[in-house]
Amino acid sequence: MKKLLLSLLAITAALFVRANEAAMPLAIHGDIVYTMDGAPIKDGLVLVRDGKITFVGPADGRVYTADHRVLRAAVVTPGLIDAHATVGLSGILNQTQDQDMLDKSAAMQPELRAIDAYNARDPLVAYVRSFGVTTVNTGHAPGSLISGQTMVVKTHGRTADEDVIKPSAMIAASLGANSTTSDEDKAPGTRSKAVALLRSELLKAQDYARKLALADETKRPSRDLRLEALLRALDGSQPLLVTAHRQQDILSAIRIAQEFKLAIILDGCADAHLVLAEIKASGFPVILHPTMARSSGDQENLSVETAAQLRAAGIPFALQSGFESYVPKTRVVLFEAGLAAAHGLSFTEALATITTDAAQLLRIADRTGSLTVGKDADLALYDGDPFEYTTHCTQTIIDGTLFPGESYE
Amino acid sequence: MLSRIISRGVSFAALAVTLAAQEQPVAFTGAKIIPIHGAPITNGILLVQHGKIVAVGDAATVRLSSEVQIIDATGKTIMPGLVDSHSHIGGGGGGDGSSPIQPDTRVLDSIDVRSSSFQKAQAGGITTVNVMPGSGHLISGQTLYLKLRDGRVIDDLLIRQPDGTIAGGLKMANGTNSQKGKNGFPGTRAKSASLVREQYIKAQEYQAKIDRANGDPEKMPSRDLALEELAEVLAGKRIVQHHTHRHDDIITVLRLAKEFGFKVALHHISDGWKVAPEIAAAGVACSVIVIDSPGGKIEARDADFKTAAVLAKAGVTVGFHTDDGVTDSRLFLRSAALGVRAGLDRETALAAVTINNAKIIGLEDRVGSLEVGKDADFIVLSGDPLSVYTQIEQTWVEGAKVFDRSDPQDHLYAVGGPGAGDPRRVYLCCFGDSFDHAQGEDL
Repeated sequence: MKKLLLSLLAITAALFVRANEAAMPLAIHGDIVYTMDGAPIKDGLVLVRDGKITFVGPADGRVYTADHRVLRAAVVTPGLIDAHATVGLSGILNQTQDQDMLDKSAAMQPELRAIDAYNARDPLVAYVRSFGVTTVNTGHAPGSLISGQTMVVKTHGRTADEDVIKPSAMIAASLGANSTTSDEDKAPGTRSKAVALLRSELLKAQDYARKLALADETKRPSRDLRLEALLRALDGSQPLLVTAHRQQDILSAIRIAQEFKLAIILDGCADAHLVLAEIKASGFPVILHPTMARSSGDQENLSVETAAQLRAAGIPFALQSGFESYVPKTRVVLFEAGLAAAHGLSFTEALATITTDAAQLLRIADRTGSLTVGKDADLALYDGDPFEYTTHCTQTIIDGTLFPGESYE
Repeated sequence: MLSRIISRGVSFAALAVTLAAQEQPVAFTGAKIIPIHGAPITNGILLVQHGKIVAVGDAATVRLSSEVQIIDATGKTIMPGLVDSHSHIGGGGGGDGSSPIQPDTRVLDSIDVRSSSFQKAQAGGITTVNVMPGSGHLISGQTLYLKLRDGRVIDDLLIRQPDGTIAGGLKMANGTNSQKGKNGFPGTRAKSASLVREQYIKAQEYQAKIDRANGDPEKMPSRDLALEELAEVLAGKRIVQHHTHRHDDIITVLRLAKEFGFKVALHHISDGWKVAPEIAAAGVACSVIVIDSPGGKIEARDADFKTAAVLAKAGVTVGFHTDDGVTDSRLFLRSAALGVRAGLDRETALAAVTINNAKIIGLEDRVGSLEVGKDADFIVLSGDPLSVYTQIEQTWVEGAKVFDRSDPQDHLYAVGGPGAGDPRRVYLCCFGDSFDHAQGEDL
């Protein structure tokens, strides 16, 4: 009994500390503050209260009350956003029991929800957070024709339900080798077959919608989770995230999207540099493969300069950590943006691919992605140029809560 | 000692190099030179001829005769060509699935020298590389130390030891990769060590018979390719390049190396930071892999950017490796930089991709630093080798330029794009049962 009381006391105390930390107003000084909402501010200041940003501007002359906890850094940026990851589903150990990003029992399973699998306490969630990543679009991985849904979640590391921003963000589909190289009999064996299956399923969903709208209630179909999910893609409320690397697969994705009037996001796109005009004309945004992805298989033609080419073509895009079945078990999107900055993107353009541009693409720009008064207090603090290999993230802040940066003790 | 490979006089490889190398001395002037051996030189001169370094030093001290061709490298940084102590470029392999111990297999017999992974490694500034078979065996085969000359056939890239033999090591591994529990493969760690001990004891006895025969053909044992190889290891003629991750597996390697007295270097060593004093006390060098995040398997759960820093502080000779295609050869310097991020000093970080790796493969007398008499292997960089913004502009091997970023084809290999890929390369598939160790990709 005494033990129980003590542990209850400890839990209460822990909760109090956490609540208290989040509640403590913060004054964050940066030698340079990249707000991503206007020009960078030298000797800048960001004030935070109740998890929200209350002031952004030059520190000069700005007075704040003594209850603010003061933090200082060489560089302050918005908390980083990873536009496409599998962290929390593809666990650190890479053992069967912690790999929840792919179920291959059927070729198309849009009903699989990321929120039912996301492990907020997988060590890799805290790992990416320690580099300044505060928001991820994570979920089912490329590897089957439709693998399931993604979710947008903050990297607090509590529970999926507490940390989630969008429980169902996108439906993840794959074309090319990712949809055809399954051991399962049910996976399509060729590119044409994959597209045929996808079109058939979308037609079924359209038919389902038609029947749901029937005046006679008795003639309406019973609920079908799979088709329900696809309906959200058809009515435009949820984008279909189509991983396609080869140029013919990118064009197939655009062709299907136009046939069914889908809002799609092109994902991966190793061959994007071969079909820039077609991508641009489609109006679809791109979540580009990790800059350091391996140039093999469908991605053999990838180039580290593609990000700069997308930028020059005026195609909206974000960067991602992506998915690896082996190692690295997660990439760090900060590093991917850094390499893009070294290969044709300006510093600000590269930072935008993991802040504002990613927020726009994930439709969360009203909450995060820039240091703007009223937005969530999501920040990353660095002791130098965030893209330099030898710089450190010294502190990550999510909704006004402080988390440690990198540690090599 | 039975010699497997007898030198056939001057090898084709050596001949090709002699022809390619400049007869006229060439001097690179105006660059910051990081010789590794000694302090950086702000305004240095590097003078090369016949594939060797003739002089290196401050501009004020190196005298250039009128016949010297001058290459102005003002504003650039020059350092030794990088040495990668563990790679799988060329997609070669060693043993197959028939048994866990196959020292008779040679990666030499399996490398695709036309693979674009070679050009990409040149683009990454790598001039000397240890190409390994995979880690799915206790002993998976003989490794190969190569020079990344422009070659048509593998022979063009070989390095000859002074006795004419082809330079290379022996790949060993412990931990989970080789624990397959079938086809004679071990099912446990103790069994792994036991199988290895058994083989080395056989090799000791094999060598003893040869010694006793004292040249008498009637008393000589029949040649055994596997034991011959292990006998070379026992004689110190071949360094064991040992894959190992977990702290206790690391200690097991040290225990076996001590028992049999073989030279060993430890590779990957995810847990190395936990047993740094023990590694230091054993005097064993380490080659560290730097992966963007820990995990991928249980043994690598505690992998950390700090490993190299902790080992170096304990006094261990530390190198890095690409394990290409686990990490990309073109980003090799990044591993050194991430080591600095986690506390490694800059000087050791640069040594770790040059002279320390040269020591790990036993070629420190020839490569790994800019010193008079050493091979003229060097790279020209646009700036600080440890900065993300720096590009490798040129790579030179034995006085011949093998990579030039301003050349469109070389640029393609450096950044990627159509034609830079390697369609024949098997995709890294090291996941669960689908891991194909024979493909050589490992970690």
